[in-house]
Amino acid sequence: MSTAIPIRTRAPAQKSPALQKDASQERQKQMIARHFEKLANAPESRDKVCYTFVPGNLTELIGSFDMLPVLPEINALQSGMRQRSGGYIAEAEKAGHSEDVCTYVKCDLGMMKSGNISPTGTRLPKPDLLLLSYTGCFTFLKWFEILREEYGCPVVMLHVPYQEGGHITPEMRRYVVDQLEREVIPAMEKITGKRFDEEKLRENLRLSAQAEDDLVAVWESAKHKPSPIDGYFGGVYYIGPIFSSFRGTQDAVDYYRELRAETEARIRRGEGPMTPDGVVSEQRYRLVVEGPPNWTSFNDFWHMFSREGAVVVASTYTRVGGLYDTGFRHDHQHPLETLADYCMGCYTNLNLPGRVSLLEKYVKDYEADGFLINSVKSCNSFSAGQLLMLRQLEQRTGVPGGFIESDLVDPRYFSRSNIDNRLQSYFQMLDARKSRTA
Amino acid sequence: MPTMTWPQDADTVQLVALARQWVDDLNLTAVRQWKAEQPGRLAIGHLPIYAPRPILEAVGVLPVAVFGGGDQVDIIRGDSYFQSYICHIPRSTIELALGGQYDCLDGMMFPSICDVIRNLSGMWRMLFPERWSCYVDLPQNFDAKVGGKFYVSELRRMARELHERGALELTDQRLRQAIADENRRRAVLQRLDDLRHKEPWKVPASEVYLISRVGGMMFAKDHADFAEAYLAAVQKRPARARDNVRVVMVGSFCEQPPLDLLKTLEKAGCDIVDDDLQLGMRMIDGPIPEDTDDPLAALANAFLFQGVACASRYIANDVKGRQLIEKVRSSGAEGVVFSAASFCDPALLDQPMLETALTNAGIPYTSLKFAENTGQFQVIREQAGAFSDAVKLWGEPTGTGVTTATSC
Ligand code: SF4
Ligand code: SF4
Repeated sequence: MSTAIPIRTRAPAQKSPALQKDASQERQKQMIARHFEKLANAPESRDKVCYTFVPGNLTELIGSFDMLPVLPEINALQSGMRQRSGGYIAEAEKAGHSEDVCTYVKCDLGMMKSGNISPTGTRLPKPDLLLLSYTGCFTFLKWFEILREEYGCPVVMLHVPYQEGGHITPEMRRYVVDQLEREVIPAMEKITGKRFDEEKLRENLRLSAQAEDDLVAVWESAKHKPSPIDGYFGGVYYIGPIFSSFRGTQDAVDYYRELRAETEARIRRGEGPMTPDGVVSEQRYRLVVEGPPNWTSFNDFWHMFSREGAVVVASTYTRVGGLYDTGFRHDHQHPLETLADYCMGCYTNLNLPGRVSLLEKYVKDYEADGFLINSVKSCNSFSAGQLLMLRQLEQRTGVPGGFIESDLVDPRYFSRSNIDNRLQSYFQMLDARKSRTA
Repeated sequence: MPTMTWPQDADTVQLVALARQWVDDLNLTAVRQWKAEQPGRLAIGHLPIYAPRPILEAVGVLPVAVFGGGDQVDIIRGDSYFQSYICHIPRSTIELALGGQYDCLDGMMFPSICDVIRNLSGMWRMLFPERWSCYVDLPQNFDAKVGGKFYVSELRRMARELHERGALELTDQRLRQAIADENRRRAVLQRLDDLRHKEPWKVPASEVYLISRVGGMMFAKDHADFAEAYLAAVQKRPARARDNVRVVMVGSFCEQPPLDLLKTLEKAGCDIVDDDLQLGMRMIDGPIPEDTDDPLAALANAFLFQGVACASRYIANDVKGRQLIEKVRSSGAEGVVFSAASFCDPALLDQPMLETALTNAGIPYTSLKFAENTGQFQVIREQAGAFSDAVKLWGEPTGTGVTTATSC
């Protein structure tokens, strides 16, 4: 087989050029800046602050109480992108946290111990409430236990059952709704001094569904050839508002409408997405990616794909904070049940066979040439079982799978040359396959 | 029961050797023999920590605790299923399963203790689709009307699915009996632990460990008999008091350290007077109520209200480290040895919080890491020796833990 592989010589990955920004990206940047400003002013404005996690975030409910959400994972990844995570992690390890555990947690703790300065440079307020939405990741539980010790503030737990049987049962839904009614909502009422306003929640949920419709249209645009989006590297920008503080707001509705319009305009122009190598319309490889990206060398990592004309048409990381392209929408007519279904439907709350089936569907629906797993050291939730997923997917789809290893925000685990070499070999394998089938 | 017989006057050496023989038998010969005696019998494996064994026993199923391959298995296939940064127990479990050692198990339960075990449940479904696979979503909400209600529905589901596969139907009467048996087992283990607190030289941790662990493949009543026989033998054993440092060992609740690691600690001058090695057997503190109209609710509520603190359990309104400090005090321990499996997220994320609690309480500690197949103990021996000397020499160190070193 090796003789069939054309030997290609590629320039080594270099520092990538800055990305040109779309209008929607500018809009998102402003939204985020305003949000962090509100957070910085929270001690004066007396707005209550709720820390919670991306998977299973109850942003509509938090918003209905006029609380401000803080997502520690987002702060960690932003710290990674700004090259601060290495120092924060070292700080946490110095304080006794093991080298073996999730680096998001350590990055967050290091950031807290270094003054809790947000990614935009403003100071983050302390939490009034830690909403421990225990969805799809065991580490969340420990993370907020640690933060509770540090901040001495109340925690409310929302235990989200795992979809081990591959579906949501009525008992699972009832369990989550019971917790919302008996634990979460009363805790929010107590912290804010406000009564639960179901109408306000319904209105937020209506707005969520609108934004979700547009986001799904953006995801599905990648079925076009050339794909107008990169559903992984570009995708992580697209999920920013809906995975964080803006789902259920008019801001998010406007953002996703604009993003969809931009995507549709690119389809009309036959144009690919903006990447570190400019607009990539000549797309040599269409890929599906499983696993989170590396944040500390994000643009370099992306560049290793874009300079080869590789575009990611679908990814699972962009479904961790909500899986909408299999049909779920927040339903204002059943406000608490829909929140329960949302939490249970997040990607890492699916069982492994469910994850494989979703990837298989992506490979087929998006006519991918291959799929790639970026296995991150930090995240057992994602990573345990990925090597079996790789085998199963290759069997089911017949397309080649690639496997690389890195970490989210620990720069010690991003080996540029190693990853680049592996990607090179993988692309060569795709070439060989293409020339065989041609 | 899987047939374990011992002479009436068996001494501790004989009983411990018997337990070891069973624990080391990765082919689960005893389970196979029990099944062969009567076709149609079901045996279900379960991973650590806590599985609701009385439910299985009540429907006539033999619960079999699975703890991977320890230091006895060469991992060949298992490593190709897991990245290097994932703990060891799932890879040896897969190795044994693919090697056929678990083919006498009609299904497997995966308690919700971490993401590795959780994902292993999905791997199981894909690798062995014909076998029963059950993820036990233990509640992290401790209100009987919320978490309790959900857990009861989960327990019912398990019983129903097992009945569909040939197990007995779950009845209140059968469950009451299974709970009574479990309570008896628990009481004997408690007596063993009480004795260990008072006279650790009579019941070394390395023995208690084997005597407890062997029960993982026995019905509760039979295990209670066996543990009682050991207790009786202990009374007759000639043993001299030792001047060792008494420690509580924490963090090895899932992947088990090699037996030689326990012996190394003992040789280095540490009497392990309490530990969480076989936490599944001790997860419920005290007896489960037997005199009740609703034994299923009693079993669920016992988990909610009598559950022992551990890294995999949300502590809700409790104070972090309270139970550990109480354990140290009630067992007369002078220090704590943290002993977590490498890459064990729950244990390692929990540890700094527990260390802070110990420091505040003035209790010294040291920490080490291991893998189930660790073979070198020299560093651990030196570290444990230094710890025990420090505690002995300085009496009660004032809080700041004695050196914290990683040994592997
Ligand atoms: S283990 Fe994974 S999902 Fe959990 S906090 Fe870390 S990165 Fe996030
Ligand atoms: S050793 Fe720790 S991380 Fe590994 S399976 Fe057990 S609990 Fe999970």
